[in-house]
Amino acid sequence: MAGAQTYEPIATQTLGSTAATVTFSSISAGYTDLVFVIRCGWAIINNAPLTLTFNSDTGTNYSYTRLLGNGSTASSDTSGTNSNIDIGYMPGTNGNGFGTIILNIMNYSNTTTYKTILDKWEGQASISTKQYVAAEVGLWRSTATINRIDLAFPSNLIASGSTFTLYGIKAA
Amino acid sequence: MPILGILASGMQSSQYPTITTGFVSLKTITVGSGGASAISFTGIPASWTHLQIRIIARTNRANTSDWGVLRFNSDSASNYSFHDLYGEGSGSGAAYSGSNQTYIEFASLTAASSTANTFASYVIDILDYQNTNKYKTTKQLGGNDSNGSGVINFGSGNWRSTSAVSSLTITPGAGSNFTQYSSFALYGIQGA
Repeated sequence: MAGAQTYEPIATQTLGSTAATVTFSSISAGYTDLVFVIRCGWAIINNAPLTLTFNSDTGTNYSYTRLLGNGSTASSDTSGTNSNIDIGYMPGTNGNGFGTIILNIMNYSNTTTYKTILDKWEGQASISTKQYVAAEVGLWRSTATINRIDLAFPSNLIASGSTFTLYGIKAA
Repeated sequence: MPILGILASGMQSSQYPTITTGFVSLKTITVGSGGASAISFTGIPASWTHLQIRIIARTNRANTSDWGVLRFNSDSASNYSFHDLYGEGSGSGAAYSGSNQTYIEFASLTAASSTANTFASYVIDILDYQNTNKYKTTKQLGGNDSNGSGVINFGSGNWRSTSAVSSLTITPGAGSNFTQYSSFALYGIQGA
């Protein structure tokens, strides 16, 4: 017999100043899926991929496959054996430019399966050749429960005003 | 950001909760060690506005991929259609479609020859499922990645029926079973 469950916010971080990383730690294993809603950008005029790691794992245990469109060209790429997952090209904040990421982390507390993410993102960068909308599937080759998520830009700072909200979905 | 429906659990006489506000977990089916040839949600009340199915799935097809078959209300006639946009990691992506089909397809499930412990993931939305003035539309996002290969799918489907969806069935496209640990979670979403 099913009981009503929840789709509830776990935590939100809004940057009041630039930051090198954003971390969500001590994530409860009490949900089934996690959903991450992100609006962020670089602290300079440029664009670059926001990267994600789980449980402080920086080994080459990550990969992704993407479908992208930049307004004139559609493309698909895949990348494996990486030390993190690119989860979206985010813009540099010349003015008020922030990109959007909605990330589903499926069955994150399942200790028998590798962890899959489903990602939709868009980044309207100041550089026209780097403006994308995309759908992406990613993999962390670990059966561990996810209890920590770290986000970073590879060589610069996350812009002030960027927001990161983590939700938990609890299945019956 | 508003809190999206914090709901208390309650003992109900039916298989589904009667709480109809917010985003409600209705039922979850997790496949056991014997596998499952079909996943069925039956007797779905017309109490919400939309449904969402959240899936991780792998089949026993002797291949690296399989697909999922979705039907409503036991309708296996040619009343379905679908369109998909997908990327396989190279080139420009591709599209496929089916009209007058006997099911809605969602592709790129992992199968017996896929990398161990990898399951495809899908989120499927069924919009206005209980509206008797509209054909039923689905929207799906899903796929799998296997470290150097993978497929991401973005698609939609249509069931040409104005009946309220009261049941749905998911089966493997080519395999005979979903494998152990595959999970199918059904949610109801209430409008304002």
